[in-house]
Amino acid sequence: MTTEATAGLASVMGATIRRELLLAMRSPGDVINPLMFFIISVTLFPLGGGVEDAFLATIAPGVIWVTALLAVMLSLDSLYRADYEDGNLEQLLMSPQPLYFLVLSKVFSHWLMACLPIIVLAPVLALMLKLPAAGIGALVISLALGTPILVLIGAIGMALTVGLSRSGLLLAVLILPLYVPVLIFGTGVVDAAINEMAYAGLLALMGAMLALAISLSPLAIVAALRISVN
Amino acid sequence: MWQWLYKLGSPRWFYELGERSLPWLWGATVFLLAVGVVWGLAFAPPDYQMGDNYRIIYMHVPSAGLMKGCFYMMAICSAAVLIWKIKMADIVAKAIAPIGVMATLLMLASGSLWGIPTWGTWWIWDARLTSSLLQFFIYMGIIVLRSAFDSQDSAARACAVLTLVGVVNIPIIEYSVEWWNTLHQGASSLGMRDASANPPEIWIPAFFTGFGFIGLFFIGLILRSQNEILLRERRTQWVRDLVAKETAGA
Repeated sequence: MTTEATAGLASVMGATIRRELLLAMRSPGDVINPLMFFIISVTLFPLGGGVEDAFLATIAPGVIWVTALLAVMLSLDSLYRADYEDGNLEQLLMSPQPLYFLVLSKVFSHWLMACLPIIVLAPVLALMLKLPAAGIGALVISLALGTPILVLIGAIGMALTVGLSRSGLLLAVLILPLYVPVLIFGTGVVDAAINEMAYAGLLALMGAMLALAISLSPLAIVAALRISVN
Repeated sequence: MWQWLYKLGSPRWFYELGERSLPWLWGATVFLLAVGVVWGLAFAPPDYQMGDNYRIIYMHVPSAGLMKGCFYMMAICSAAVLIWKIKMADIVAKAIAPIGVMATLLMLASGSLWGIPTWGTWWIWDARLTSSLLQFFIYMGIIVLRSAFDSQDSAARACAVLTLVGVVNIPIIEYSVEWWNTLHQGASSLGMRDASANPPEIWIPAFFTGFGFIGLFFIGLILRSQNEILLRERRTQWVRDLVAKETAGA
C-alpha cells in the first residue's frame, strides 16, 4: 500500500516536471528572458559606475547576487500565470495527489529553467567584473543554495498575486524584503572566500534556510493558490 | 473564557465593548503619558554621557515595542482568520497594520533625530535601523496586498498568509542583518551601553510612556475597528438603529 502510494507520487512528480520542461522547450522565452535580463543588468553596472578593477571587484559579489535575485523575481510570472489563465491551476488543485509535492515539483522545474542557466553563466560575468578567482567557486555554490530559496519564497508571493491583473510591482514589494537574508548570506559567502576566510558555516546556514524553505513554503504556496483560484 | 472569546468574534459585541472601554482607556492613557513625559523630560536626571539627548528614549523605546507587538498581534489575528475564519480577527488585523506602520516610522524618525547628536549622522546602516526599515517594508507589503484585492474575503485570507510568512521570516531577517552588521561595522561604533547600567530614575518614566503607548495603541485599534465594523455591517439592523439614534440626537 505504502510503496504503491509513493510510486504513484514519484511518477506524478516526474510527470509534472516533464510537462514543465516540455512547455519551456516549446516557448524558450521563459528560459532565455531571465538569463538575458541577468546579463544585461550586470553589464549596466560597469557602464554606470566605472571600470576600475578595484572598484568592480568590490561591488562584484553584490552586483551578481542582486541582479540574479531580481532576475529570479521577474521570472516568477511564468510559474503560475499561464496555468492560471488556461485553467491548469484549477486542475492541479483538484488533483488527488498531495499538493505539497506537486507544488514542489513545479518549483523545482522552474528552478531548473530559470536559475540553472544563471548559475552556469555567473562565473563568466564574475570574471568580467574582476571578481578574484578565489571567490568564483563560492559564488557558484552560494547561488546554487540560494536561488532555490528565492524561487520558493517568490512562489508564495506569485501564488498570492496571480489572480490580480497587474501584479509585477506588487510582487516586488511583497517578496523583496523577504529576500534579504539570502542576499546577505549569499554575498557573505563570496566575501569570505575572497578574504580567504572559512565559509562552510555560512553555507550550512544557507542550507538550513533552504531546508526550512522546502519544508514550510509549499504549505503557504498551496494556501495562497487556493485563495487566488477560489 | 470560551464564551468570552466567542463573543469577541461578534462585531456588534466588539463595537459595544469598545464604546464602553474607550473613556477608561483615554483616561488611563492621558494620565500615563502625562506622568511619563513630565517626569522624563523635566525630572529625570541627565545622562552622564549623552546629557539631555537621551530623553528621546521615552518615545523611541515604546514605539519600537509597538512596532514588534503590532506585528505579533497581526500574526495571531491572521492565524484566527485562516483557521477559524473569524471575520472580526480580519477587521482587527486590518486595523492594526497602519498603527504598526506609524510605530515603525516613529521609531525610525526618533532614532534618526537621536542619531544626529549622538552618532553625528541621522542614518547609519546599523542592525536595528536596518531591521526596522525592513519591518516597515513588510508592513507596507501587507497593506498594499490588501488594497489590491476586490473581494474582501480573498483580501483577508491573502493578507493572513502573507502576515504568517512574514512572522516566520522576521527572526531570520533580524539574525541575518545582525550578522551582516557585525561584518560591516565601520569606525562609527555605536557605543550602545548596557541598559541596566542606567539608574532607575531614568527607566521608571519609560515604563509610564511605554504603557501610555500601549493605551494609545488600543485606542487606535478600537477606533479603527469600530469604523470598519460600521462599514462592513452597514446593512444590518443594529447599525441602522445606531445611525438613526445618532442622527436623531444631532
